[in-house]
Amino acid sequence: MSQTPADRLTQAIRDVRRDRVALVAFLTAGFPSMTKFRDDLTTVAEHADVVEIGVPFTDPMADGVTIQRSSMGALSQGVSLHWIIRELAAMPPVKVPLVLMSYFNPLLAYGLDKLAADAALVGVTGFIVPDLPLEESAVFEAELARYGVALVRMVTPVTPEERLHKLCNGAQGFVYAVTMTGTTGKSVEGTAKDLSAEVGTYLDRVRALSPVPVCAGFGIRGPAQVRLLDPHADGVIVGSALVETLERGESVAALLDSLRTGVA
Amino acid sequence: MTESMDTATKAKLLRTLLDGGMPDEHGRFGPFGGRYIPETLVPAFERLTEAVRTTLHEASFQAELNAELADWAGRPTALSPMRNLSRRWGAEVWFKREDLAHTGAHKINNALGQALLAKRMGATRVIAETGAGQHGVATAAACARVGLPCVVYMGEVDMARQSPNVGRMRLMGATVVPVTSGDRTLRAAIDEAFRDWVSDPTGTFYCLGSALGPHPYPYLVRELQSIIGREARAQMLAKAGALPDCVIACVGGGSNAIGTFHAFLGDPSVQIIGVEAGGRGPGLGDNAATLTTGRPGVLHGTYTLLLQDAEGQVQETHSVSAGLDYPGVGPEHALLREIGRVEYRMACDDEVLEAVKECSTYEGVLPAIESAHALVGARDWARQNPGKRILVGMSGRGDKDMPTLQTTLLANNGVLS
Repeated sequence: MSQTPADRLTQAIRDVRRDRVALVAFLTAGFPSMTKFRDDLTTVAEHADVVEIGVPFTDPMADGVTIQRSSMGALSQGVSLHWIIRELAAMPPVKVPLVLMSYFNPLLAYGLDKLAADAALVGVTGFIVPDLPLEESAVFEAELARYGVALVRMVTPVTPEERLHKLCNGAQGFVYAVTMTGTTGKSVEGTAKDLSAEVGTYLDRVRALSPVPVCAGFGIRGPAQVRLLDPHADGVIVGSALVETLERGESVAALLDSLRTGVA
Repeated sequence: MTESMDTATKAKLLRTLLDGGMPDEHGRFGPFGGRYIPETLVPAFERLTEAVRTTLHEASFQAELNAELADWAGRPTALSPMRNLSRRWGAEVWFKREDLAHTGAHKINNALGQALLAKRMGATRVIAETGAGQHGVATAAACARVGLPCVVYMGEVDMARQSPNVGRMRLMGATVVPVTSGDRTLRAAIDEAFRDWVSDPTGTFYCLGSALGPHPYPYLVRELQSIIGREARAQMLAKAGALPDCVIACVGGGSNAIGTFHAFLGDPSVQIIGVEAGGRGPGLGDNAATLTTGRPGVLHGTYTLLLQDAEGQVQETHSVSAGLDYPGVGPEHALLREIGRVEYRMACDDEVLEAVKECSTYEGVLPAIESAHALVGARDWARQNPGKRILVGMSGRGDKDMPTLQTTLLANNGVLS
């Protein structure tokens, strides 16, 4: 049996984890610039193990100020899901697995069946949809399953035990473990000893239940946090910090390499 | 998915609705509704749903709520025969006077109910969003009454055009947080309230102001607002000796309308009309007429009709009334439109302001600009149905609109044009 896109995503994280924690890097498509998107994506892919491409949406209710700003910036230039798919189709294949992150409405507007087919064709291995909980996900999950594309499930520190079992059971690609309540872009206070213990215990619990790798996201901004999470996660997800680096025109390679190695 | 609905399906959905089968356990009103929320909020929504299930209709809660509605909020509100408008328009016009309720609008019915529920659930703080400021004021008042701290998110555009309400909220002890993100109106305020809640999903109670959002809000708000229609129906039978031929209300998110309509849905002789904000006209971005011009999609946790572009991006809206300035609508209205039980129309800014003037001048009732949308629809209906009887949901009073009215109706040296 050939490897599905979801399997490829899982395998990529597992392969890296043999040496170190995998780095999942998020950028908003077409931000800060539509014309530089292919170059930005290529650079990010060279210094990360998985790339998460954010589809901008007008009402990003789970996101903090950085992703709100990048989403608006992308939309005002005319970025759309159709444009993202076309860009991915037009550029040389990216070597690391790609994941699309989007609120549900742009996906609905594209058409879930057509989207699953088009996304698989351009090398998308999974989707993360922050406003699509398990109870509403059956239709999209079924469409993606026809092409072996993962619908990545999210778990949080406030997820009750029973629900955690349900979410981990049948998880594909990887499990996205939200490190804290709140929106994206804040900072996990890795210096507070009690909190770090709390995050570690929670991630260990998720890892024990999950059949696929567990990646920790929300609030990861520097190497100190990566070192803190390294013993407890298969991957770390960096979003707002990378978007801000791109926005300031600073070196993406320097940021991502410091996160990958855990050394500033 | 909705275009293919046949007559039998529509009839069956209406029957289910009338039998109390909506929303179903997934929060669905036919194809609409549901619960599209971040995973972080799932446990909070489970707790809220459970509290609504066990508490809302429980005898001691209902007794407490009804006592407060009567002794503090001023219910029942009056049903007024509007003799002068009846004469002018040629039909028998009645107002259900939610403008006489405490804090000046129907919003208090919901805010009080949710504040009492928050108290029972042991919440440590209450948050709310507001557009026109009426829900913010109602929530601030209810929180002051039950003794809970209150934070209100309000778009900075709305803070400017509804400044009297900002002061009222602050006087009642609420913290008003200006929202500078997104379109800086109601929709951005809802986004921001959700972001607050995601940050403290355990201790915070989100008092949502309209019959929209993720399940169970559309149900909870409908149940708390249905008192409007129940009272009006009984008052109508007592005073006019018959049901109205038509019931009409304005629709933004749709809480006043669903509350007014619900008691009449099972009366086949009663025509029901909702009036949306037609703004400057029918073009995308020029109005907030979601039911008349929107397409299905997901916003703020519910599958409903939305003003959106072909890429699923939610569009900015325009209306002279802050309270109707919202690109979505409660999912139950989407169903009522789909099955044809309620007809939705729109009224444009100019004719709405004319209606504010007419109602004030001839009846001594200054309506909220929101409510005046229903007046435009009522006048048109009355002229086409001479001698018949129409009930208008007068959802709120217009005192809060003075800043807008100063620059519109009262411009030209303070003389009505």
